[in-house]
Amino acid sequence: MTLAAGASSATITYREACRQAIRDALLSDPKTFIMGEDIGRYGGCYAVTKGLFDEFGEERVRDTPLSESAFVGAGIGAALSGMHPIVEIMTVNFSLLALDQIVNNAATIPYMSGGQFAVPLVIRMATGGGRRVAAQHSHSLEGWYAHIPGLRILAPAVVEDARFMLAAALADPNPVLIFEHVMLYNIEAALDPAVIAVDIDRAKRRREGADVTLIAYGNGLFRALAAADLLAADGIAAEVIDLRVLRPLDTATILASVAKTRRVVIVDEGWKSGSLAAEIGMRIAEEGFFDLDAPPRRVCGREVPMPYAPHLEDAALPQPADIAAAARALVRPATGRP
Amino acid sequence: MSARVHLDHAHRHHLLRQMIRIRHFEAKCVELYQAQKILGFLHLYDGEEAVSVGIMEALGPEDAVVATYREHGQAIARGVGMDRLMAEMLGMQEGCCRGRGGSMHIFDAKTRFYGGNAIVGGGLPLAVGIALGDKMQGRNTLTACFFGEGAVDEGEFHESMNLAALWRLPVLFVCENNLYSMGMALARAEAETDIARKAVGYRMPGVAVDGMDVVAVESAARRAVDDIRAGGGPQFLECRTYRLRAHSMFDAQAYRSKEEIETWRKKGPIVRFQGWLQDSGLIRPDEVTGIEAEADAEIAAAVAFAEAGTLEPVEELERFVTMDRVPT
Repeated sequence: MTLAAGASSATITYREACRQAIRDALLSDPKTFIMGEDIGRYGGCYAVTKGLFDEFGEERVRDTPLSESAFVGAGIGAALSGMHPIVEIMTVNFSLLALDQIVNNAATIPYMSGGQFAVPLVIRMATGGGRRVAAQHSHSLEGWYAHIPGLRILAPAVVEDARFMLAAALADPNPVLIFEHVMLYNIEAALDPAVIAVDIDRAKRRREGADVTLIAYGNGLFRALAAADLLAADGIAAEVIDLRVLRPLDTATILASVAKTRRVVIVDEGWKSGSLAAEIGMRIAEEGFFDLDAPPRRVCGREVPMPYAPHLEDAALPQPADIAAAARALVRPATGRP
Repeated sequence: MSARVHLDHAHRHHLLRQMIRIRHFEAKCVELYQAQKILGFLHLYDGEEAVSVGIMEALGPEDAVVATYREHGQAIARGVGMDRLMAEMLGMQEGCCRGRGGSMHIFDAKTRFYGGNAIVGGGLPLAVGIALGDKMQGRNTLTACFFGEGAVDEGEFHESMNLAALWRLPVLFVCENNLYSMGMALARAEAETDIARKAVGYRMPGVAVDGMDVVAVESAARRAVDDIRAGGGPQFLECRTYRLRAHSMFDAQAYRSKEEIETWRKKGPIVRFQGWLQDSGLIRPDEVTGIEAEADAEIAAAVAFAEAGTLEPVEELERFVTMDRVPT
């Protein structure tokens, strides 16, 4: 294993984990190639593919023109012809230019063709806010994609998932979209050498607690974990669930945790109206209503196009204090601040 | 394959037979639509048969085809079985897509027929990708991509033309220019109505051909296919044709005159080719009758097959939303 500059031998950055995952895929399967904007000679807009162009050449690390619809569609076509492509889209906002191909083709062709064709394609893209890049580079639209039958939607938050979800996604005969939160690329954490694979089916408990469940994904996971620290100082034990897989949702893990803690806060950087958080909340209401001691709460992104100014962007994103306040209000309604 | 069309007796009859099979198949579809056995949209190919028939003659069995939503003719000319095609139209599980696709979404893995795409322009990126995948896997194949002139209005057309040319991919772009995208006349939609010239902007060879002349289409397709197979990269073929019927089944056709339609009907591909064969003494009237009877018998058998079909159990509604494996 090679490690990114600055990383110690025991830790790895999220970015490097993504890079190693792609490198592994290119090494292990001659039918895998990666294409996207500036992934080759430039090394990737978030430097995830750095060095791969030199190692694997321009055929397998393929720079594309700024034609999201054409190169995403070409990924679907290549998958139909027997390849296992990885397509990188710079950011989720740009993926809207390829929405037709993702929704009308990738997600429908297996079904429309009566099972004659599969689309074993992986699309990776950056998502989320926090980098002060305003309203066309910062949104969290993965919840939209999680609406679409036929797609699997992944949101790796920890380095282990960044390192191993890709292989599982490539082994899936269906189109898989992987959302990498932009604020996570520089995170550095230990990678257990004993782990060589992860599942792409289940949510995972990242912290155990008995008083309230915090459900989050992506960068929201770390905000929820920080909130759990704040709550612990108040004597409230929060359980933190990392969704990991946004479609299909692992409802069982969510319900099991809620049945234990009887209170739940759902954290979602996406806008509240019509959000993934709304879907999770409704599932809990439908299937776990009688386990609840308090109404489910949501801490979502504020309903504004992402502003540039740092104080405004921070105010638009779910912060640990907001999450902790929502949880406190559920656990100690008399004293908690809403 | 060779660029020359060998217009011997057998081939002449074959071309005429293919066009008649399509025409008669669709005439039967209209009956079944009026009887409410075929539902939804039904986009007829009446007047455009020479395009598919001519193009498919230049393709080999290993090649791939990406079709439009007006694709019954494309499917039949490609060799998709009429029985499974008709069963699909009737929504039966014996249909080529188990009744999941219907008229607009015909897929057939056996003939590498990749739909049946009803998003105008949406098939072009797929064709580029299939050609890319084939090329990367060392196959000496090409992908023929059908689309109407309306697709030229879409960004996906331009992105795909550029990508195919940039990467020198084996794609045959086939524009079926029938002059109307639904009710929108070409001249009202495009600043440059000479569609073949669009290829110039992508440094791609582009040729316009009389799409009502099956021999001209086949000949142009063979030349283009030869160039593609020789490694010359993609080619663009504009086939100038005309849709003699409504866009779909509900269309008052307020956007064009009856006279215009009648003028084109006289230039129709079957009238023209059959007329030429008869005038030149290359086919006897009884041979034409024989071809028609043969096509009608095939269609009758297809209808019988489809009507004897079974409905997929509703319990299977969610089957194939996701796949357990990649079909081989």
